[in-house]
Amino acid sequence: MSKIISLLCGIIFGIGLTVSQMINPAKILGFFKIFGYWDPSLIFVIIGALIISSPFFHLFKNNNKPIFSEKFSYSQNKEINKKLIIGSSLFGAGWGLAGLCPGPAIASLALLNINSAIFVVAMFFGFYLVKLSEPTTQAR
Amino acid sequence: MYIINFTPIPAFLGGSLIGLAVAIFFVFNGRLIGVSGIASNFLTSKDNRFDNFLFLVGLIIGPIIYKIFSQQEINISISNSFYLLAVAGLLVGVGTKIGGGCTSGHGISGIGRLSLRSIVATATFMIVAILTFYLERLL
Repeated sequence: MSKIISLLCGIIFGIGLTVSQMINPAKILGFFKIFGYWDPSLIFVIIGALIISSPFFHLFKNNNKPIFSEKFSYSQNKEINKKLIIGSSLFGAGWGLAGLCPGPAIASLALLNINSAIFVVAMFFGFYLVKLSEPTTQAR
Repeated sequence: MYIINFTPIPAFLGGSLIGLAVAIFFVFNGRLIGVSGIASNFLTSKDNRFDNFLFLVGLIIGPIIYKIFSQQEINISISNSFYLLAVAGLLVGVGTKIGGGCTSGHGISGIGRLSLRSIVATATFMIVAILTFYLERLL
């Protein structure tokens, strides 16, 4: 059953990126243009996502186990360190250049766009490079 | 500052769907959605590999289903510079793996849990993205 949920969640997430137009890098770049002609749509996407999801984190956090899995498993890392800041800065630089982050980049492969594919291949190469240098890193 | 191309209602509705996916994945599978983590773990880890694969397949099927049911074309505008895309993709891959998350992992799942670590990460990548956007246009 967890397999069906994984597929379903991917589909809902992909539809959400499309409805919100976040699949379009031009919308993201419009958000970064905060000192000019600004498109604040991204903020409404995040607010919508938080309103729906955050109550569930608080309602279920004391439950023993999720419905189709043995246990809750997610990062309990609370460290605010150099790695977090450097990694997030590198990610921000890439996001600011192309207007693509991992979700929209992968979803836009549906449009058979060669430019999305170039970005996604480079991104996976990036994951692999870090994995090679520090085998214990867990991203989420 | 002027507001342009602002689409608050589709943004909020689409965001709500993203939040619904995050909630379902958490309650049923006990995991948090962070697309960079799911994608990089699919590549580098045996744990939950098939689940991660199916999520990524769904992510690509989603826009196709939307297109079929809405009868609308999905128009995107993306850079066509090979070097810019390759450099940006590499930075996003390396950065999210080192920083432990992206817009969904830190920005939604992390902030939703009120994780200070994720709030700091989100503020960092937002600010650096805006600075990079302007810097790239100056150079």
